[in-house]
Amino acid sequence: MPLKSIVVTAIIAFAAGLVFASFAGYELFIPGLLEGTWITIKITLGGALLAVVAAFIAALAKMYGPAPIRWLATCYIEVFRGTSALVQLFWLFFVLPQLGVTLSPMMSAILALGLNIGAYGAEVVRGGINGVSRDQWEATIALNMSRPLALRRIILPQAFIAMIPPWGNLFIELLKSTSLVSLITISDLTFRAQQMNQATFRTLEIFTLVLLIYLGISLLITFGMRALERIATGGIVRGRAS
Amino acid sequence: MVRFSGVTKRYGDLTVLDNLDLDVAPQEKVAIIGPSGSGKTTVLRMLMTLERIDDGVIYVDGRPLTHMESNGGLVRANEKYLRSVRGDIGMVFQHFNLFPHMTVLRNCTEAPINVLGLPKAQAEERAVELLELVGLGDKLGEYPQRLSGGQKQRVAIARALAMRPKVMLFDEVTSALDPELVGEVLNAIRMLGKQFQLTMLMVTHQMGFAKEFADRVCFFYEGKIHEEGPPEQIFNAPERERTQQFLSAVLEAG
Amino acid sequence: MFWDWEYAFEVLPVLAGASIITIQATVLGFILALVLGLIFAIMRMSRNRAISGATTAVVEFIRSTPLLIQIFFIYFVLPEFGIVLDAFLAGTLALGIHYATYCSEVYRAGIEAIPRGQWEAATALNLSPTTTFRDIIIPQAIPPVVPALGNYLVALFKETPLLSAIAVLELMQTAKILGSQNFRYIEPITLVGGFFLIFSLIASAANRYAERRLSTIGKR
Repeated sequence: MPLKSIVVTAIIAFAAGLVFASFAGYELFIPGLLEGTWITIKITLGGALLAVVAAFIAALAKMYGPAPIRWLATCYIEVFRGTSALVQLFWLFFVLPQLGVTLSPMMSAILALGLNIGAYGAEVVRGGINGVSRDQWEATIALNMSRPLALRRIILPQAFIAMIPPWGNLFIELLKSTSLVSLITISDLTFRAQQMNQATFRTLEIFTLVLLIYLGISLLITFGMRALERIATGGIVRGRAS
Repeated sequence: MVRFSGVTKRYGDLTVLDNLDLDVAPQEKVAIIGPSGSGKTTVLRMLMTLERIDDGVIYVDGRPLTHMESNGGLVRANEKYLRSVRGDIGMVFQHFNLFPHMTVLRNCTEAPINVLGLPKAQAEERAVELLELVGLGDKLGEYPQRLSGGQKQRVAIARALAMRPKVMLFDEVTSALDPELVGEVLNAIRMLGKQFQLTMLMVTHQMGFAKEFADRVCFFYEGKIHEEGPPEQIFNAPERERTQQFLSAVLEAG
Repeated sequence: MFWDWEYAFEVLPVLAGASIITIQATVLGFILALVLGLIFAIMRMSRNRAISGATTAVVEFIRSTPLLIQIFFIYFVLPEFGIVLDAFLAGTLALGIHYATYCSEVYRAGIEAIPRGQWEAATALNLSPTTTFRDIIIPQAIPPVVPALGNYLVALFKETPLLSAIAVLELMQTAKILGSQNFRYIEPITLVGGFFLIFSLIASAANRYAERRLSTIGKR
């Protein structure tokens, strides 16, 4: 979205937050919500890290791996994109222990959400690499570079820039999907919201505030990715400006 | 130095190169001219291993390019062998194909460092020398986007030369340039023709340059060499009707 | 033996029954998303800065926050204003509104891809803005974006398990109940996963087919 509307939304959200936070008795639920926010941020960061790693491995395996590895990567991508994130989460949380593997709820959460977003990310990585023009590959052949070298030094750095905006969207999807972990007993922001709601019955204030907190984190992600894009395109944009 | 022996290339039903034989001596400068679709660019692209060969063999410095000897016969080359032969060849493209995320200097040192294994200092020394030679000694830290087309193409020439190839391929290197920038690129090519012991194959539409610079001119028509000879003969007294038609059309236009 | 076929066949009919709720929520939610999405798109493109600005803010707000919280919001908060919805309706409404924001982006892209000449021609024929939109722009803007909308249909479908959080008896909730009743989660949850996988694969194959058809129509 355009920068101006981000800023406007941020200001409105901040003002609305102030209004709600200034209601009497906010001290009843604010600390709980902040603790939940921290858990949400931790899961988002862990999931994002896993997603990026999984996406790059899966995409490169699918594009350049030998046949069996290619199929494996395709299976991973299709299964995690084709089933629902909540199903994956429940599968890790309820089914795995019955198969003899018990993960902590936090581990299940990061694993399920990270692998889920990673499967979508793999397509982003693939799209980014395919988006680099054939001319660049031909130049690397003419300079006698090996394929891995060309990929690492020439193709990926250019693909990386094109991948930043779609990754920003995926990170926001990840943040949004972290709310699902409340359903496997993790006391994230969503879990706390329900808990506080049952304790205080300040339903409107609590859920509005929680929505605003999620919006705030989304905006942070958007800003962060924009900054990253600016840094990454530094050389190229500088060139274009003249 | 380079020998095409019965080389054929097809795209589906279309035969782009038909049983081509071409022998290029060391340090010979061959200009390839002809109407578009006559297969002239394909000659260079096959030599650079950018296209597969459907039939026939290309030899570079006596070694088969896309095939290797195995048990007395020729089999399709593997990547390792291909890379060892390909090191003799450098190419400059119509659309420059510079690496946009690297400075001019890095464009010219990337492959020498990572492919040839030169130490960074030596690679930079070599790159600076070449860039100064093509008149870009003051642009080392620039990114390609800030350069004019002519400057970009000169960087591309320096980048290819930094790999110390024995054979240089020029694929319509002035076709994407504004007319006033053509001269600087041709001058760069002229100069390195004098400075280095290079075999050159160039596909070009610059008839004047071909006439002055080349040792031999090949006129391609429908996937074959229709007529070849020293420039004076081809340009002043072409024997075949197609050649005459093509040249008069080109000269009339430009 | 990890997998108990007998138990799997026992729970299958129950899950099949529950899948009807899942499909109902998907269809109703998506219809809402399509209609509301178009309204959002048109409002966002309004010349009136207040309308377009407010719509943009609302759309971005909904897109940036979790669907699950929005489901809770509608289910728990609306009753405070005297609007009491049952769990299925609340959940479907939330799904529809959430995906309407995605659809509105798709519509907008489609509408913006219409060449200026079409607007100018409509102006030259003295058509009213409403007629131009209804008869000239929308009919041209929608077909190319059908595959993109199709993707969001699949995405919405895959988010229906969230309705289990407010105890709608759709697939996921049913699987969970079966699991806790019989102390075996492996078969019901895996079957649910398989159900989603099969439908998603079929849907994306259909979508790719539609995309190819559209691109050949475009070339004609």
